[in-house]
Amino acid sequence: MLVKLFTDFMGWIDKRLPVTDAWNKHLAQYPAPKNFNFWYFFGSLAMLVLVNQIVTGIWLTMNYEPSGEGAFASIEYIMRDVDYGWLLRYMHSTGASAFFIVVYMHMMRGLMYGSYQKPRELLWIFGMLIFLVLMAEAFMGYLLPWGNMSYWGAQVIISLFGAVPIIGDDLTLWIRGDYVISGATLNRFFALHVIALPLVLVILVFLHILALHEVGSNNPEGIDVKKPKGSIKPEELSKFKFHKQYTDKYDIVDAIPFHPYYSVKDIMGVAGFLIVFCWVMFFAPEGGGYFMEAPNFEPANGLKTPEHIAPVWYFGPFYTILRIIPDKLLGAICMFSAIIVLFLLPWFDRGVVKSMKYRSTAHLVNLIQFAICFVVLGVLGTLPATPVYNLIGTVATFGYFGFFVALWFYSKNEKTKPVPERISG
Amino acid sequence: MSNAPVNNGRRRFLTAATAVVGGVGVAGVAVPFIGSWNPSARAKAAGAPVEVNVGKIQPGQLIRAAWRGKPVYVVRRSDKMLADLAKHTDQLKDPESLEEQQPVYATNAHRSIKPEFMVALGVCTHLGCAPTYHKGDFGEKVEGVVNGFYCPCHGSMFDMAGRVFQSVPAPLNLVVPEHSFPTADTLLIGVGQGEV
Repeated sequence: MLVKLFTDFMGWIDKRLPVTDAWNKHLAQYPAPKNFNFWYFFGSLAMLVLVNQIVTGIWLTMNYEPSGEGAFASIEYIMRDVDYGWLLRYMHSTGASAFFIVVYMHMMRGLMYGSYQKPRELLWIFGMLIFLVLMAEAFMGYLLPWGNMSYWGAQVIISLFGAVPIIGDDLTLWIRGDYVISGATLNRFFALHVIALPLVLVILVFLHILALHEVGSNNPEGIDVKKPKGSIKPEELSKFKFHKQYTDKYDIVDAIPFHPYYSVKDIMGVAGFLIVFCWVMFFAPEGGGYFMEAPNFEPANGLKTPEHIAPVWYFGPFYTILRIIPDKLLGAICMFSAIIVLFLLPWFDRGVVKSMKYRSTAHLVNLIQFAICFVVLGVLGTLPATPVYNLIGTVATFGYFGFFVALWFYSKNEKTKPVPERISG
Repeated sequence: MSNAPVNNGRRRFLTAATAVVGGVGVAGVAVPFIGSWNPSARAKAAGAPVEVNVGKIQPGQLIRAAWRGKPVYVVRRSDKMLADLAKHTDQLKDPESLEEQQPVYATNAHRSIKPEFMVALGVCTHLGCAPTYHKGDFGEKVEGVVNGFYCPCHGSMFDMAGRVFQSVPAPLNLVVPEHSFPTADTLLIGVGQGEV
């Protein structure tokens, strides 16, 4: 009786909006390669953190006061007087750092298995746009508590725009809406942080997933599970039912439906992630001074610069590149270039073999040195600038950009190992 | 439905004309959205000039005034400080103050109207931190220079005229704001010499 009622109801809906079809196309009959490893947790984890940020963010705005006079006090009010306010805020602040950890792992996965290569260039670009918007979102969110590090951090980053020739000073004035960072700046950052950028972020995530499902998921072997139509013997085809959008054009091998197989696997990832996340949230929400910095526990003060201005850890790599260069404009250009080269990665890599498993030793070494340089740059970004650190930072910056340059050269005629036709095991 | 033949030329013209008019409309609508980010009338009013009594500053003493929310450093330089300014010019990026970081009337060896009073924004030209005043112990940073300013953020250094040292991240000398002395002991920040 109930089942029939539900079937009738879905039938009524499906005649008007293809909900069941969309469910099948993107979940129950989406062909996902059967060999995903733990690196494939981070996509779904990023979605989980995004939802966490949106929901806790909405609840925080209910008690937050976006004004130069009231912002700092309203955060203290949330922490001390609002029931569960401390928890909502720690969920949001821990979520911000978790977001970047998850996204950096997700990007590293793409690098290791060549998930940015043809035909997934646009998918990669949508991902990079998400990363860019996420950085803007995090930067603006960090101003909102109106602590002294919020204030001076924003001061440093907005000053970057002053490096633009000719219009620089007017541009920074326009961004701030005042001669200094003030309540006017805070209010516009609040508007962008809670409305504009989250909207853009959600739309980009939607496009990222649509683009993924159009070209199909890569996997640790970098072997395509979609084969030309008619090239596979019927008995070797995957036994599962996939949506006709995929089977009409391709023969599908070595794949399983995303739901229930990977939805269940991802729940495992979520459980593991939440254990770590909750531990940080409950026992170390300040992340040892890296997730929340000490000077931010005093209100913004335009006349008092903190002893040592450090960005939140996730901006560390780019911040280090900025400051090791003793020229403001050049430093800013290099910092933005560090992100632009990532956008162009699919064209720096001229190879056809995707996974590092079948690529040359040179590539493996290059990948490892890149990951090390990125981490080193990140660590340096949180430390004060000293001559020794600057020297290390310079070397790591060369390593960072060197990854792309070297890749462009060796990938043309790279000595790769033979890639099997099929995913084994 | 008319059976008249399709005039493709006219269609293209109308499409283009519609696009152009629509584009102008979008540009027009963008004006208030972009314009509203400019400083408001209230912000501009708060940026009005400030008056500082400099009569009681001791030689070598620094006082901070706030103008447009930024710290303005006012130092009464001792005769020795003024004499020292010429000794380290070979270590500076812009010893002659060729970059327009100061009003014309302060483009001189001491970067000020009155030699004894240094007036400069306490805002590092690298990324806007406030440099700290090292009186007497600046020699730890630059050998042989007794007094100066050191930025705690990225280690930029400035001398007692706000001139930047070489091989530090800050590209330019400290900004000297528009200022004037309506009376001998009054410093007016925000209004230039001879403007009123």
